[in-house]
Amino acid sequence: MIRSLAASLLLFLSLMAAPALAVAPDEVLDDPALEARARSLSAELRCMVCQNQSIDDSDAPLAKDLRILVRERLVAGDSDEEVVDYLVSRYGEFVLLKPRFAWHTIILWAAGPVALVAGLAAIFLALRKRSGQTRSVAGGTNARLSEEEERRLKSLLDGKG
Amino acid sequence: MIIELGHYALVLAFALSLLQSVVPLWGALTRDERLMAVAPPVSVTMFVLVLLSFVVLTGAYVASDFSVLNVVENSHSAKPLLYKFTGVWGNHEGSMLLWVLILVFFGALVGLFGGNLPRDLKATTLSVQGWISTGFILFLLATSNPFTRLANPPLEGADLNPILQDIGLAIHPPLLYVGYVGFSITFSFAVAALILGRTDAAWARWVRPWTLLAWCFLTLGIAMGSYWAYYELGWGGWWFWDPVENASLMPWLAGTALLHSAIVMEKREALKVWTVLLAIFTFSLSLLGTFLVRSGVLTSVHAFATDPARGAFILALLCFFIGGSLTLYAWRASTLKQGGLFAPISREGGLVLNNLFLTSACAAVFVGTLYPLLLDATTGEKISVGAPFYNLTFGPLMIPLLMAVPYGPVLAWKRGDLLAASQRLYAAFGLALLTVLVTFWLWGMEKVMAPLGVGLAVWVMAGAVSEILTRVKILEIGPRRAVSRLFGLPGSAWGTAVAHFGIGVTVLGVVTASAFQEERIETMRPGDSVELAGYEVTFDGAAPRRGPNYNEEVGHFTIRQGGVTITELEPSKRIYTARQMPTTEASIYTTGFSQLYLSLGESRGDGAVDVRVYFKPLITLIWIGCVIMAVGGGISIADRRLRVGAPKPARRRPADAVAPAE
Repeated sequence: MIRSLAASLLLFLSLMAAPALAVAPDEVLDDPALEARARSLSAELRCMVCQNQSIDDSDAPLAKDLRILVRERLVAGDSDEEVVDYLVSRYGEFVLLKPRFAWHTIILWAAGPVALVAGLAAIFLALRKRSGQTRSVAGGTNARLSEEEERRLKSLLDGKG
Repeated sequence: MIIELGHYALVLAFALSLLQSVVPLWGALTRDERLMAVAPPVSVTMFVLVLLSFVVLTGAYVASDFSVLNVVENSHSAKPLLYKFTGVWGNHEGSMLLWVLILVFFGALVGLFGGNLPRDLKATTLSVQGWISTGFILFLLATSNPFTRLANPPLEGADLNPILQDIGLAIHPPLLYVGYVGFSITFSFAVAALILGRTDAAWARWVRPWTLLAWCFLTLGIAMGSYWAYYELGWGGWWFWDPVENASLMPWLAGTALLHSAIVMEKREALKVWTVLLAIFTFSLSLLGTFLVRSGVLTSVHAFATDPARGAFILALLCFFIGGSLTLYAWRASTLKQGGLFAPISREGGLVLNNLFLTSACAAVFVGTLYPLLLDATTGEKISVGAPFYNLTFGPLMIPLLMAVPYGPVLAWKRGDLLAASQRLYAAFGLALLTVLVTFWLWGMEKVMAPLGVGLAVWVMAGAVSEILTRVKILEIGPRRAVSRLFGLPGSAWGTAVAHFGIGVTVLGVVTASAFQEERIETMRPGDSVELAGYEVTFDGAAPRRGPNYNEEVGHFTIRQGGVTITELEPSKRIYTARQMPTTEASIYTTGFSQLYLSLGESRGDGAVDVRVYFKPLITLIWIGCVIMAVGGGISIADRRLRVGAPKPARRRPADAVAPAE
């Protein structure tokens, strides 16, 4: 994490002329509903010069430009999807912190659920195999003893008295 | 001269690690006592040598010896003494030296305190540890030598990265590394078990304290890093799903799974093959983390020198250890006998479920971290994977896991009764439901998920408490006698309950801090006030101040509640002189478990400045919960019953400890 701290900070600090803060007061829209939409959209958009930071969190000038851009589109009457589409058309899918569900990201999205299902299947199979073994073991003990075993048992019991 | 001594000690440690890699293993395989007896003294000597070279490097930092390249690049004569010490591991070479130091430290611990281990297991484990030491000491010597000298020493150094000039650097990396590298012992035990072809309950009993120890430190290390990021970076986030953070989260998830499966193995001789595999996975993920951070595959390693030779070297080590151990596993795992049958509804079943969800979550994080790199490398397409992705993929896996947490300890071994277990949890469930309703009543229906999240946290916490209360039979024998029984409970029961309680605490902090956070972003002039969460924050003005190696602009704020002054806060913006690098220093007021978080933005001229004020309800619970978890782990380690060689079990242990399981 020191590396992440150092890295993310160094990266965007070096790109910055003067330190600024994420979401400056002058960016905030007057309409609270629109501003709320802008904030939740910003949280899903990546500041492309930063390390895994959303434009909502980032201090970089580029993030500021993107925040203003998002707000401009919203004020112009775009829907949330239209704003996102516009940004993707301009900056590529890299701008999305949540990649779209498509063929090239199917492994990414499926990894967790597939691991879960595969794990469940493996456990189920193991249990079935195990219970099969138990049954055969149980069957073995219930079977009659051989003559030899009967004799040994008898001698043991007699011997112990 | 002294610098060369440190370098030489490291070379000597390398030579000994080669010896350690071969001789004790040879002895274990040929049953030669004399060869096996080499391992403990060599492991201790290696530790002493690496410690010596670490002390030498530290000495160079403290004395500001600018004839050493590493010191020139990362230190400055005006740097405060504390950061001269911590700066030793605030860079690539030094932090790898710390990594190796902890590695050989664990080796020495096994060498010194592994007296009750079977000789061949101990010798083989130390040999495997020797392989890892060989690889990483060679990595240091060949590509990252911290003792490189300069022919023409400069008068002044380049100073340590300002963000690292913080008490966090003193604590976070050592904790994290003890966690990371601590899993190497578990790994070595697992590989030794595969080589010797036996794992028994005694093996699990030896592995569990080491896993617990590493896990406790990793938990604390991650928590510390998170808190450091929170206060140092100035926007109040505490987890960014950054690949480097994920690199520490993955071994934690796998290690947590390992901890639980080792219980099943120890108590019931089941899940052996799986436990060994998890032990291999956990350390492999630690190695992967080291690779991700040290190789430069992530863009985020700009902070440290990136050198392709280093990346290739670590990748080779990674392939050797992960590939080798998995091959060995595929070849030898069938020799490990499975035992201990159990029904799906049982304590074992619960622990299997725990492992299922933890490893699935780990897989989700693993793919989320590596897939963008893979996609970029193969198709050139760039995608980002951030918090919104993990909220959708990681989150849903955690919810059923957390719901199941209170059930684990109340289910019986072998064959449990779900209904009976539920009855023991009625009170916890009732309390959780009540909390959900109260939260809804307080906050209304606008936030649907948050009250459910709070309820989940209370369920986990109350479950842990009721587990202890049921164990002392408080309802049957009355509170007075129950209290005396409290002290009689085994440490492992306390450990489990405390750690589970800690998870609930962390979850509560996460939910409340994210859902109920309040913030104000204002341009303030001296004399201006803002209101937030019942606090009145007044800006009194800003003034410049000089630090030892930085200049800062400090904002003075007075915090009032109901007209009464509570505290004064001084967030600042610094410029570190050596690197001309700006940083933001947030100022935090802690009230109860909640925090008021102030940070400064751009100055607008005529004394006006942008200010961000946050109120983060119960946010400190996130880290307090982690500390509670680690304390739980510590209590569990301290349980005498779990210590091999503790007087009581020792009398009947030796027999089954020495006898192979087959």
